[in-house]
Amino acid sequence: MNRSDEQTPLGPTQRAEVLAIVGRHRQQPGPLLEILHDVQRSLGFVPAEAIPLIAAELNLSRAEVHGVVSFYHHFRATPPGRRILRLCRAEACQAMNGRALEAHVLQRLGIGFGETTPDRGITLEAVYCLGLCACAPAVMIDGEVHGRVTPQRLDELVEPAIGAVKS
Amino acid sequence: MTVTVWVPRDAGAVAVGAEATAQKLLAAARDAGTAIRLRRNGSRGLYWLEPLVEVECAAGRIAYGPVTERDVPGLIEHGLLSGGAHPLRLGVMENHPWLASQQRLTFLRVGRIDPLDLGDYLGHGGYRGLRRALAIGPAATVQQVIESGLRGRGGAAFPTGVKWQTVATQQAVPRFIACNADEGDSGTFSDRMLMEGDPFALIEGMTIAGVAVGASQGYIYLRAEYPHAYATLRAAIGAARTAGYLGSDVCGSGCGFDIELRLGAGAYICGEETSMLESIEGRRGEVRVRPPLPAHKGLFGAPTVVNNVITLATVPVILADGAAGYREFGEARSRGTLPLQLAGNVRRGGLVERAFGMTVRELLYEYGGGSASGRPIRAVQIGGPLGAYLPASRFDTPLEYEALAGIGAMLGHGGVVVFDDTVDMLTMARYALQFCAHESCGKCVPCRIGSVRGAEALEQVARGINRDGNLALVGELCDTMVHASLCGLGGMTPYPVLSAMQHFGEDFGRKNPGG
Repeated sequence: MNRSDEQTPLGPTQRAEVLAIVGRHRQQPGPLLEILHDVQRSLGFVPAEAIPLIAAELNLSRAEVHGVVSFYHHFRATPPGRRILRLCRAEACQAMNGRALEAHVLQRLGIGFGETTPDRGITLEAVYCLGLCACAPAVMIDGEVHGRVTPQRLDELVEPAIGAVKS
Repeated sequence: MTVTVWVPRDAGAVAVGAEATAQKLLAAARDAGTAIRLRRNGSRGLYWLEPLVEVECAAGRIAYGPVTERDVPGLIEHGLLSGGAHPLRLGVMENHPWLASQQRLTFLRVGRIDPLDLGDYLGHGGYRGLRRALAIGPAATVQQVIESGLRGRGGAAFPTGVKWQTVATQQAVPRFIACNADEGDSGTFSDRMLMEGDPFALIEGMTIAGVAVGASQGYIYLRAEYPHAYATLRAAIGAARTAGYLGSDVCGSGCGFDIELRLGAGAYICGEETSMLESIEGRRGEVRVRPPLPAHKGLFGAPTVVNNVITLATVPVILADGAAGYREFGEARSRGTLPLQLAGNVRRGGLVERAFGMTVRELLYEYGGGSASGRPIRAVQIGGPLGAYLPASRFDTPLEYEALAGIGAMLGHGGVVVFDDTVDMLTMARYALQFCAHESCGKCVPCRIGSVRGAEALEQVARGINRDGNLALVGELCDTMVHASLCGLGGMTPYPVLSAMQHFGEDFGRKNPGG
């Protein structure tokens, strides 16, 4: 899920952005998750170099902040592709051929969960339940939800993002 | 004359095209020269009919469904805007047998009102509960909740009123209300539907809880996988604040109560109450050792009421109409109604709110209409990823806390996932252990190691290697996990594993299935 082996230097704009986000939440009780959410919303991921910055601002150790970032599946340590495909792998979707859909996606994109296509078109992430269990199987693409997804329907949905490399 | 048309904004409806249907309706009505007022509601919970379009006519709200974008021009031609005849016409929804046979108390307004219109909420009985609570005072309010027999709908089924009383009698201040909206169980979506379809009911329930136990701050911990619910709740909290239903002086009572919305980050374990509190505080979602109970030392070390969305959203009903009325529903120690969620491989999936006591079979066949694939139903999993798998021979069990416990199962949050006869139960048992390994917070050994070793052993069974030895090992690991895990994740993962082994032994290469 999170891979922290890639160091991505923070530019001055990103650095200022992270500091501004911390400033906005500093007065809240227990602000760390809120800060990490905003950093990821703004930058697309939580850069490893943002961790010491946030830690210093909140008077926490780097280990504490890193421990939180790496605990939660939602936070990613590397920049995502232009689009993010989240595929539900939980039971209700499995009951409606979710495993076949999953096999199709992996084969079609040629990547695994937590990975991005080489052209950076699309990142594939696993989720465990989108709450669309009566319209299974379900996926989310950039925050947009889709239910009763067949392999054909999925191809139509991801085609714009991967068409450039595959066609 | 302007025609009012309702199209749900519920994520489940949107996932099957409600947004495109709504846009097409606007365009097609414009082309037909009819002025329409498009209103957005929650879902009525009949998901096989989504997108469900309702048109206000003299006879009531006439429904059509499922209406895809492509169906719209034809429907308009057939007089949809005046309730005209069409194969997709369903009539007035309240008379639809699937809804008419339900007993909707908590979900009374969901699908009927605009979730963000406070006037609509008030016009349908909203805030009557809070007014009564303010009139009778904190002690009597707690007493009402105790007398109603309401038990926590998140899964643990602890008596809600007793929990409230514990917090109310603590000396320490401040105190908090923490709403668990981390609905992570596969097959459950009642919290999501309620938050998207009637968010003020949750806000009102939390406010009543705050008044009753002397807490002035509430938190809603919502999972990150629910962006639609997040947007709706944010807007509703803002609207309630503007109208004086939240803030330093709630409804002019002198009591202060406000709500902060917090977002989870994709960790199933944070649905466990102490792990959720850690997460709100900004830490890793590792479970806390109890005691102390959250009611004594919870959020930021203060006495805290932790309740599920459905529990809190049911409180206004109890206060408005009285504890005795609520108690009349249900049986034995399961009082009131339960919003069941029917999902997976089922023809008619959705939300069924009924008094406790309906059998599994009734739910699967009378409401569900059998499997979606048309094949025989082989197994159901009740209560999410930690719930037992039941075979057809157990389908006459009533959906009620003690009856399910009696057959080694549990009701949990009320999710029922249906599988047809193509399911391989060894795969599902192994998945349960893999999921536990993926989501384990790592704090206790039985859960962290037991889940990994158990999945490995079942992998060996699948390959036909030392079957008896590996199945015995899985049994021993499960025994350790049940008895020595710190929380329900490790402690209950054995339910799906052992029930699959017991009832579907043939999938594990056993000659004599026990089911």
